[in-house]
Order: sequence, then structure tokens, then C-alpha cells
Amino acid sequence: MLLSAIIFLPLAGAVVILLGLNDPKKVRLWAVFIGFVELVLGFLCFYLFQTADIDLKDGMELVEKYEKWIPVLNIQYHLGVDGLSAPLVLLTSLLGFCSIVASLNIQLRIKEYFMWLLILQSAVMGVFISLDFVLFFIFWELELLPMYFLISIWGSGRKEYSAMKFVIFTLLGSAFMLVSILGLYFSTGSFSIIALPALVSEAKLFMPAGTMFAFLFLAFAVKLPVWPVHTWLPDAHTDAPTAVSVMLAGVLLKMGGYGMIRLAIGIFPGEAQDWAWVIATLAVISVLYGAVCTVRQTDLKKLVAFSSVSHMGYVLLGISSVVGVGGSVSSVGLTGAAMQMFTHGTITGLLFLVVGLIYDRAHTRHIPDLGGLASNMPFVGVAFLVAGLASLGLPGTSGFIAELLVFLGTFEVWPIITTLSVFAIVLTAGYILWMIQRTFFGPAISRLDEVGDVSLVQAVPLVILMVSIMVVGLYPSIISDAFALGLEPIMESLQTGARS
Amino acid sequence: MNFLLFLPELTLAAVAFAVLAIDLFTPSGKKWILTPTSVLGLIIVLLVSISYLYGKQESLYDGLFLIDDFSLLFKGFFIILGILVILSSHDYIKEHLKHPGEYYGILLLSILGMVLMSASGELLTAYISLELLSFSLYVLVSYGSNGFKPSEAGVKYILLGGLASAILLFGISQIYGVLGTTQFRGINEALTSSSSLDSGVLIGLVMIIAGLAFKIAAVPFHMWAPDIYEGAPTPITAYLAIGSKAAGFALIIRLFAQALMPAMDDWQIIVIILSALTMTFGNLVALAQHNIKRMLAYSSIGQVGYLLMGIATLSYMSTNGIILHLAGYGVTNLAAFLCVIIFYNSSHKEDIEDYSGLADKSPFLAMALSVSLLSLAGLPFFVGFTTKFYLFTVVANAGLLWLVGVAITASVISLYYYLIVLKQMYMVAPTNDAQVNISVLNRSLLWVLTLSIVILGIFPSPLVRIIQSASSAIFS
Repeated sequence: MLLSAIIFLPLAGAVVILLGLNDPKKVRLWAVFIGFVELVLGFLCFYLFQTADIDLKDGMELVEKYEKWIPVLNIQYHLGVDGLSAPLVLLTSLLGFCSIVASLNIQLRIKEYFMWLLILQSAVMGVFISLDFVLFFIFWELELLPMYFLISIWGSGRKEYSAMKFVIFTLLGSAFMLVSILGLYFSTGSFSIIALPALVSEAKLFMPAGTMFAFLFLAFAVKLPVWPVHTWLPDAHTDAPTAVSVMLAGVLLKMGGYGMIRLAIGIFPGEAQDWAWVIATLAVISVLYGAVCTVRQTDLKKLVAFSSVSHMGYVLLGISSVVGVGGSVSSVGLTGAAMQMFTHGTITGLLFLVVGLIYDRAHTRHIPDLGGLASNMPFVGVAFLVAGLASLGLPGTSGFIAELLVFLGTFEVWPIITTLSVFAIVLTAGYILWMIQRTFFGPAISRLDEVGDVSLVQAVPLVILMVSIMVVGLYPSIISDAFALGLEPIMESLQTGARS
Repeated sequence: MNFLLFLPELTLAAVAFAVLAIDLFTPSGKKWILTPTSVLGLIIVLLVSISYLYGKQESLYDGLFLIDDFSLLFKGFFIILGILVILSSHDYIKEHLKHPGEYYGILLLSILGMVLMSASGELLTAYISLELLSFSLYVLVSYGSNGFKPSEAGVKYILLGGLASAILLFGISQIYGVLGTTQFRGINEALTSSSSLDSGVLIGLVMIIAGLAFKIAAVPFHMWAPDIYEGAPTPITAYLAIGSKAAGFALIIRLFAQALMPAMDDWQIIVIILSALTMTFGNLVALAQHNIKRMLAYSSIGQVGYLLMGIATLSYMSTNGIILHLAGYGVTNLAAFLCVIIFYNSSHKEDIEDYSGLADKSPFLAMALSVSLLSLAGLPFFVGFTTKFYLFTVVANAGLLWLVGVAITASVISLYYYLIVLKQMYMVAPTNDAQVNISVLNRSLLWVLTLSIVILGIFPSPLVRIIQSASSAIFS
């Protein structure tokens, strides 16, 4: 029941807001309450997963299954977490709570806002927990609706354009995914995410496996995002309200990475290995192109948004190591990719929160108009520094571990490409340090004298995220062990197909 | 022969004439009584049909009419649709239309036409039922009293509808001339026994497909639909978009499955082309519409394209898919049109930009319209997704994955124009201060429809089971 509760609690909370709550104060309190319970449930889920006796066959825990949901098509209500999804559930509950707390200063149409935010959280949780491909797809699509409203009503700048662009890009991707889902169903008669890998390897396929893999890959590549289908991301991130950017960068992008590892690679390991060179090439382009674009940005939020393109490129780079070398595939690269997803969630979440706080106080995100903020808002400055340093991969922070694993895993397989990607670190260090220096240090601007530090409530999400960055940085095995465990079934199938 | 099997149809005809008669003796202030009378009559017919015909498999008049679960299901579908349309017309009529008696009487007769269409087992009977439906609709379409649009719609519909009927009739005569029978069973036997298809039969086949494609508004036989949808009274537009299409598909399923199945290789490609054209064109042109009724008209043309995919791969499974999608589409579209009716009742406007700021004026109406539009677009948790998914899966299963690809692309496009309406309602400030009043009747009706969209979207299984028994009657 725990997983169902995790998915449907925010949805139920949203319904309560819709039907029963009108007083803004009560709506806020209720949303925070729901977010907090969800956070507790997220931790509980992770804890139960960690302490459970893992059944090594498929590694799924806390499974819930109702087989007769839509029996004619063999669609089941099937939930479960394994090592790959449990940390992401934790991440979602963490960032969900942070974004609710960070939204308490929203003044416009409060009731609807929190309703959509809660629905969004339900949808993302559903994506990570579903073990039936149709259920997965339902939640995958459901997430569009709240995002569309959240960006286009509470956003800034060209918000309607950005919201529509986001929706169209994602929908186009999911159209490809749907074709692939139908192709898989026709070949195997099953929608079960757990059963499909085995079934596909035996079944007579209705369409070429390469095509189905490419379609799935494309759908997830849009979400991740990968160059050249990344263009929705800077727009959507920049124009979304702060808390929504946090959710978008923190967990929504991870849906792409998660889908890529669990579905595209999990179901078609052989095809993934055949096309690994394409994946690696796209990865290095994303990493470098994203980094170069980031350096040029003068809008604080756009800067953080572009840095996401570059950082999600590392995820793809880690994934490209699946081809292995000399007949053996190491799990280091994929673990690194998964770690990068988790750490990027916390780090970029924190960056967006800080940018939002700066904008609230200074009323501008234009970097040349800012300066010397550290003296007026020291706490925010510390948070920004922590996030920035983690983002550039300083040892001791979670960003370091993830990038290290990715590079370790891929260097053997793609030496040249990895070497090229490593140079992005220099660029990252450049833009991060330069950004911090220009906004928080340097001569103070008199216009910003009145700017104050955060209140206690606003500090809560900052502290939560800083702590998680530090904890994972100093003791990464809490998360990485889980990921490694979850990747085991995929590694096995990759091993059998590895080229010698 | 057991004439009692015909009891529901006879009762329906009696109700229709009773309503016409009651209208004569009712003073103009008490015309409201006609609504409950018609609804009560339809409920009685529904109960009679279900209790008496359930599970029966017989034929009347030597195969002219077929009594089976398929015709029973569609009987139920049309009668429930009729009840809902009559209820949603109640306020609209009070505001905008004169002579409610004839309106209800003719509406009931058109239901009779649809019921007969789904039960006919012979071409001429089907044709006559279709004409009963069409003639009723000609009158109903031109019933509005505001300006020239209703008359324009009526004249267009009669002229083009007459042409289509003539083409259909010509096709029927070709079939009869070559095969010597108009009975579905006989046609099937004749086609099975002959090794190659006679060119006369082929011409007849093409003519019949063209005539029926006109009735369901498939591209390129759709030209009439947008003008007529726009000009007709809105409840009738809803009725046209759902009822006459469902009746057309009921006839097409039975005709193609029971009579023309042996010639599937010959007509399949025609239907595939029609389907691809219809869904692409309908959804693309819907993008450019400003009037919400025209937009819904083109969107329903797009839906016909999806349904035709099922016909192109006609089998037991795809029949399930077609009927399921018809049911889901029916509920959803009715909800959407009810919102349009409610909005028109209080504002007398029906352009998409008039919906600006509706979320402020009436959050409930805005929510209901959003739910139904998103369900039309096929977003998950709503019935539109479930039924579309089922239909697409079945078609993909039959080997037409590329066509499903076209359909998926078309539905991606469709989301754009639905979102434009949502944008008007939620993000644009109100441009006029017209109040939106919803009567208790309409409010409860809308609640029922909206909840069914959600409930059927999450738990379609009971509905699927009913539909399965209906399609197994066709493919036994």
C-alpha cells in the first residue's frame, strides 16, 4: 500500500484543495503538510528498500499488483521499487517538499497553484514507481498538464510560448514512445516492464528492434534533454516560476534518464550496444555545447538552465559505456549516470532556489546588475557557493562522486570522447565561479543595499538540499549501492551481449 | 415470427407520436412537460429492450431485421444519448427555440431511425432507416431561429445529403443487379462463392462506401459538416456529431463484417486511405478555427479517422475498439457540447475568444470543458485516452502500425487546438463581464458526464465486457 499512497497522496491532497479549501492560509498549510507526509513516505520507502531482503530475481520491492485492471489488453496495475527507482523516489519527495515550501510566497491564484504542484508530484512519482508500461505512459503524459499550467500562468517572460514548446516537444517524444510500446505489445503480448526484456529476446519482433530502441531513445532524449532536442529546456526553465524550475530540473529531467536506463537499455541491451557510439557522440556534444552556451549567459536563471544541458550530457555519457570493452561491461559508468541524476537533482534544485531568492529581493536576474550580494545575504551566499562548488564537481560534494564515476566508467570505452568531455569541467568551473564572483562578491551596488537575507521558512529547503549534497558527497554509498543493486539485472543482460 | 421482438421500436414510434400529440393540447406556458414525457418514454423503451431482448439472437422478416446483442447495445447507446440530448436541450429550447413539441417528436423519430439502422440486416432496410434519420436531421438542423445560418445549414444539408443518398442507392442497385440479393447474408455467400470480384460489384462497393462516408463525414466527403455544425442548434450539433456518426458506424460494422468481409482485400485500401486523410485533415484544419462549434466539428472529423482505422482492420477485436471509442467519444463530446450550450445560454456567444477568463467566472464550467477537451485529445486518466489506446493497440496488432503512427501524430496536433481553448479560459483576462448561470439540471448533467469521463477512463473493464458480448454477436 505504501507505493500507492506515495502516488495518490498528493493527488488526493489536490482534490481536497479543489473541493474544500478556500482560505489561502489553509491551502498553504495543507500543501506543506501533504509535502511533508510525502517526504516521510519517501524516506520510509527508501528505508524499507534498504533493509529489505532483496529477491535477486528482479530486485523489486514493495510490489503491488492488481492484474485485472484492464484484462483484455493485459494491462496491470503494477507498482514496485528497485535500486534504480528508490533513490529517485526519495529525490522526488525531497524536492517536492522543498518546492512547496519555496512557493509559500506565491500570491496569484494560490489554490490552483498548489493543486497543480501536488498533481505534478503524483505524476512524477507514478513514472518512477510504475512497472506496467501503460501505467508508466499514463503518468508520463499526466505530468504535462500541471507543467503547462504552472509555466504559463505563474511563469514570467514568454511564458505561454515556453509552456507550449515544452508540451509539444514532450508530446512528440511520447508519440514515438507510444509507437514503440505498441510494437512491443504486438511482439510479446505484454506491457510488463519487468517481463519485457526476457520476452523481447525470445519473441519474433514485429518491427526491427533497432527502430523500437531508437523511438524509445528519442522519447527519453527529449526529456533528458540531449542535443539537438534540448531547445525547449532553456525556455521552459527560464520562464517557469522558481519552484517549478526546481521540479523541472530536479526530477522531470530524471524521468528521461530513468526511462533510458530502465526501458531503452533494459529492454534492448543489444541495440544500445550497437548504437553506443551515437550515444557517446551526442553526449559529448551536449556536454561541450551546453557548457559553451552557459558561459555566454547573462541571465542568472538561463545560465543555470543551460548548465543542466551540459550536466545531463554526463548522464548520457555514462550510459554510453554500456558497450563495454574487451567483452566485459563494467557497471561503473551506468552507476555514475544514475548518481549524476540524483546529484544534479539536488544541486540544480538548490541553484534554482537561490536564483529565485535573489530575483525576489533584487528584482533582476541580469548578472551585470548584481554584485556584492554576499554582505547583505550571507546565508544565501553560502548556499549558492555550496551548490556552485558541487556543480563544478568539488571533491567532498556529491557532484564530484557522480562525475568521477562517469569518467571512470567511460574512459576505457571511449577514451577520446571522455577526454574531450573532461574539458567541459574547466568550462564549468569557469562559468560557475565567474557567476558567483559577479553576483555575490565584487563591489557592492548601492541599489542593492536594502536587500535582506532569507527568513527561517525560506532557509528550510536550502538547508535540506545543502545537507543532502554534503551527505551524499561524503558518504556516497548510501545512494550508489542502491543504484548498483538496481542496475544488476541490466548489467547481466549487457554482459551477455558485450562484444569481445 | 415473434412480432413482440419489435416491441421496443413500436413503443419508440408510439412515444414520438404521443409527444407530438401532447404538444397540440398543451398551452404554451406548460411546454416544459414535454421534456419529462419524452425522457420517461425513452426510459420505458430502454427498460423494455433490456429486459426483453437481452441475449436473444433472432431475425425478423426473414432477415431484414436482426435482433442480437449488437443491435441491443446500440439501441441502448442511442436511447441513452437521446435522453441526454433531450435533457441538455431543455434550457436551450426555453431560451432560443419555438415549437418544442415538434423538436422532441422529430428527435425521437430520428432515434428510431438510428435504432433501425443498427439492427438492419439488408441493404434497403438500412437505406430506409438511414433516410428516416436523415430527414429528421434535415428538419432539426434548420430549426434555429437566429438569422440566416440555420436555413443555410438546412439547405446545404438537404442538397448534399440527398446527393449522398442517391449515390448510396446507386451502389445498392449495382450490388443487387450483379449479386441478385440485398441481404447481408446473401451478399456474403455470393461473394464467397465467386472467385473474383465483378466490376459491377466493385463500383457498387465504392458507391456505398462514398455514401456512407458522407454520413459519417469522412474526408473528402466532409465538406458539409462544419457549416452545418455551426448553423444547427447546439444540442442538435452534439446529436449529429455523436448519434448520426455512431449510427453510421453501427451500419458500417454490420455491413462490412456480415456482408462484405469476403471482399476485404478490395475495400481495405480505400478505407485506409479515407482514414489517413480524415484524421490528418480534420485535425490540421481544426487548428485554424475561431468558432468553437466549428472547431469541435473538425475535431470530430478527426475522431472519425481514428474509428475508420478500426474498420480498415475489421475483426472481433477491432470492433470492440471501435464501439469502445464511440462510447468514450460520445460521453466526452456530449460533455464538451453541453459546456458550449451552457455558455451560449447565458452569453449568446460561441467564439473561442469569448471563453476568455471563464475560469474566473465559472470555475466549474471551465473545469468540465477542460476535462472533456483533454479527454478528446486523449490525455491519460480520461476516457479518451483509454479508448484511443485500446483502438490503436488493436489496429497496431492487425499490422497497420504506420497508420497508428499517423494517428498518434494527428492526436499530438490535436492537443494544440484544445490547449488554445484552455489558454483562453485560464490565462486570458475576461474581455466581457457577462455572467455565466448554470441551471440545476445542466449542472447535474454536467457532473454526471464529467465523472463518467474520469471513471470510464480509469475503469473501462465493465464497459469493455458489455461491448465484447455485442461484437461477438457480429462475429459468431
